[in-house]
Amino acid sequence: MHKIKADGQAYKKLLQQYLESNNKSYLDEAKQMSISFVSRNIYPEEIVRIHMKAIDSLYGEVFNEYRQSLEFLLESLIAYRVAHEEYEKLKLEQFELRSEIQVAANMQKTLLATEIPKIEGLDIGAISVPLHQMNGDYYHFITAEDGALGVAIADVIGKGVPAALSMSMIKYAMDSFYEEAMTPSGILRNLNRVVERNVASNMFITMFYGQYFPNSSVFRFASAGHEPGFLFRAKDKSFIEFDAKGLVLGVLKHTHYTQYEIKIETGDMIVLLTDGVTECRRGDRFINREEVIEVIEKYAHLPAQKHVERVYMHFNQLDDFQLKDDFTLIIMKKTV
Amino acid sequence: MVNLSIDVIEEREKNFIVKLSGEIDVYTAPKLKKEILPLTEEAGNKVNIDLEHTHYLDSTGLGVFISAFKSTKNNQSEMKLINVHDRVLRLFKVTGLHEIMDLSAEEIDGGEVNNGRF
Repeated sequence: MHKIKADGQAYKKLLQQYLESNNKSYLDEAKQMSISFVSRNIYPEEIVRIHMKAIDSLYGEVFNEYRQSLEFLLESLIAYRVAHEEYEKLKLEQFELRSEIQVAANMQKTLLATEIPKIEGLDIGAISVPLHQMNGDYYHFITAEDGALGVAIADVIGKGVPAALSMSMIKYAMDSFYEEAMTPSGILRNLNRVVERNVASNMFITMFYGQYFPNSSVFRFASAGHEPGFLFRAKDKSFIEFDAKGLVLGVLKHTHYTQYEIKIETGDMIVLLTDGVTECRRGDRFINREEVIEVIEKYAHLPAQKHVERVYMHFNQLDDFQLKDDFTLIIMKKTV
Repeated sequence: MVNLSIDVIEEREKNFIVKLSGEIDVYTAPKLKKEILPLTEEAGNKVNIDLEHTHYLDSTGLGVFISAFKSTKNNQSEMKLINVHDRVLRLFKVTGLHEIMDLSAEEIDGGEVNNGRF
């Protein structure tokens, strides 16, 4: 309070000198004074109050429109300051949240990192693009001791951080399974129990699990309610759907997953995806599965990694394209 | 943003029809959950969810129905989804949920009415 009184006197003196001399150098001094006000947290409305007092004591209290207008200004500035403080607070909170989510996202990347294995005669490409900072899609490659390649693609339903975090659970559960149990239907059955026990009731996970045996060219697979992938048959140049039935993970305690088997021929291509690929929108309408197939076919001459990237770029470059969900696409081509 | 309107009608004692109109997605799902979950938590309740005016349902919406389904099992209530459109039905089929949930479609297209179960 004492300080403000001193400030008031200094302000008044400066104002008087300026008004009497009209010398611009006093404006510089006023600037210095404002800087000192800021550093001491004196709000703009305080300055208006100081100004009003200074005028009153220099010219006597008058109640005219000008005086009223200053009161008007004073009230406006108080409201402005309150709103501004709230805004700054929110901005800071948002910034802190974003940084925290970014830390979680980086951690998730590290935890879920997977390397595309080199398998003789198989060209593999994979891309996964999150809608927001954290990815609720997941894919993973595992090479078994007998040379079989395991590929998992999964989608957590429920978005954002909690969804993405439960993916880590899936990964670590899979790591803990014995290799003997690593059949597609066995993996899904075991994961179903893990998810059923540990995940919130409105969250569930869809997963497709495939195993490729390079020696026999057999592809074995099972699906837990996952968006069906495709097999491109080179011999008749057509796509067929992996029509695998199975309930999403985490709904019923005991669920059986049917396992399917198919022989892959040279030139064939296995396409695995998540519903982010088929659920994206152009303007008001959805991109349908036929369009996705057309685009995949269009770039089929490219090596697998270039192929998946080009397909994503194709959709992403459309003007009215709108990604609605995380986007994950895996393509495996049998080259020999 | 498309909204979701939810009308709960108690036809007879413990018999409810929940009429939904709009899109069920990440924005509207919490509202839906708040309306239907309490209905499934009371033993003996029969809850019919009318999806005639729902043409889009995303996976978050599916999550709400899974919660409600689990809740009917835990609380001895029943839930049935009626007038399910093809696009929405596909999602229930892909996820295998149509095998365990009570779903029925009514095809209004072409004047043909089909009230069969799947």
